[in-house]
Amino acid sequence: MARESTRTVQGDSAVTDAAAVGVVGLSKAYALHSTALPVLQDIRFDAAPGAFVSVVGPSGSGKSTLLGIIAGLEEPDSGSVTVGGTARRLGAVAYMPQADTLLPWRTALDNAILGLEVRGTPRREARAQARELFAVAGLSGFEAAYPSALSGGMRQRVAFLRTVLTGGSVLLLDEPFGALDALTRSEMHEWLLGLWERLSVTVVLVTHDVEEALLLSDRVLVLSPRPGRVVLSYEVRLPRPRHRAMTVSEAFVRDKALLLDAIHGVVS
Amino acid sequence: MFRPPTMTRFHTVTWLLAALPVLGILALWEVIVRALAIDPVVLPAPTRVLAATRDSAGLLAMHTRQTLLEAAIGLALALLAGCSLGALVTLSPFLRRSVYPLLVVSQTIPMIALAPLLVIWFGFGIVPKLLVVALVCFFPLSVAVADGLGSAEPETVRLLRSMGATGWQIFSKVRMPQSLPYLFSGLKISVTYAVIGAVFGEWVGAYEGLGILMQTAKNSYRTDVVFAAILVTSILSVGLFGIVAMLERLMLPWHVRGAGRQRKQ
Ligand SMILES: Nc1ncnc2c1ncn2[C@@H]1O[C@H](COP(=O)(O)OP(=O)(O)OP(=O)(O)O)[C@@H](O)[C@H]1O
Ligand SMILES: [Mg+2]
Repeated sequence: MARESTRTVQGDSAVTDAAAVGVVGLSKAYALHSTALPVLQDIRFDAAPGAFVSVVGPSGSGKSTLLGIIAGLEEPDSGSVTVGGTARRLGAVAYMPQADTLLPWRTALDNAILGLEVRGTPRREARAQARELFAVAGLSGFEAAYPSALSGGMRQRVAFLRTVLTGGSVLLLDEPFGALDALTRSEMHEWLLGLWERLSVTVVLVTHDVEEALLLSDRVLVLSPRPGRVVLSYEVRLPRPRHRAMTVSEAFVRDKALLLDAIHGVVS
Repeated sequence: MFRPPTMTRFHTVTWLLAALPVLGILALWEVIVRALAIDPVVLPAPTRVLAATRDSAGLLAMHTRQTLLEAAIGLALALLAGCSLGALVTLSPFLRRSVYPLLVVSQTIPMIALAPLLVIWFGFGIVPKLLVVALVCFFPLSVAVADGLGSAEPETVRLLRSMGATGWQIFSKVRMPQSLPYLFSGLKISVTYAVIGAVFGEWVGAYEGLGILMQTAKNSYRTDVVFAAILVTSILSVGLFGIVAMLERLMLPWHVRGAGRQRKQ
């Protein structure tokens, strides 16, 4: 799977020692009724290779816009964005959009291998890789199902598998578990953490869920309401490995209160 | 694929519902013709048409073969032209503005005026028929292909771009498959046009084909044979339509017609 690319990542980072994701002074506005609608303002953050960074913030604060820009799908109006030290980002990251965007004419399995296919892996080989992960994601038996026959949560997991299989050193996940029930979600959390530790990929995760952000991340960025600015960049000091039981610990509850205050605009 | 058990019963019911009015009309027709003793040259009874069909089966088969050939080749040409034009018009904004209006204008030329000219230019052979068929069929096909290729969701295209996909990969993995249901809709329209186009092309002048058969039968007052030729033409159209619909179901198993639910997470 992405094991091969991991090696190159570690090789790269040893040579360049650049941040896996570097965002400096990023601003972005959209045109709305011939006026400029500022969406992101002066965003700055770094993710070291292998770091897990989450972005939380109210709806409309520009989280998805930020991920799209990091993925290279759009350019910022000002500021710079680098992935692995270069500004050429298309094809360098594995991006999971907020909508699952499965192709209706492909089976679940063939949707999962789309990224591999685009990057030139032969279908047979790609399918074999994907098949193994279907079991882990609780999707076995649905390999040949078309997306229209899957539940929302299953579709989201297929999209997640597609992202993981796409490979690359950086995963950009836009609310990847929003459609899942609490139980499945915490299973996916554990799996993602396992994967992240094993492959030492860099993750940027957008979420509404403060608990999710705390449980998974090294650092949580809190964005203000639009235009999004980083109001808090919080380093999570919970020990690793993390597990669900931590969410009731005193330190966790304190962190959570702090983040919620920041989201609600209480200056701390 | 999984098929709900009610499906087959549903089909039987729809077939019955479709057949009943037709049978009713035929029965009424038969009764009226017999009761009023209408001259068969004016209006032959359905039983007489059936008898004529049986008696001239060999003749009909020969002409049908020709018409089918013209419809098939003409449709293939239209498919080729339609797909290329549809693709060109989607891919190039310049061609969209320069060629698209031309396509629309081409549809305003009345075929009834053009077909005899085609015979004058190309003779009584197969060429003018192929041209008539291709001319009436390529328009719905190119519109369908253009609409289909343009219907890819921006989110999906963004996803592929993020993977580093090339323009060709986006075209072949997203736009092309996305356009197939549109193409089949266009084909279903075109395939019936194709048969009628071929018959019309023959009517204007031909050596062989159902159109010229209708013409000669009419001139020799064999109205029953005219009706027999009409019957065969209809069967041909319905049959070709059925083949396209079947191909669609085989090739697009993911495309459930009518149940176009596109759930967004
Ligand atoms: N392509 C676009 N054109 C114009 N405006 C846009 C575009 N994309 C996003 N916006 C605007 O930018 C703002 C931020 O959108 P974005 O999707 O980034 O928010 P978000 O933080 O991801 O919200 P949510 O949590 O609801 O997903 C919104 O006000 C939206 O209307
Ligand atoms: Mg969003």
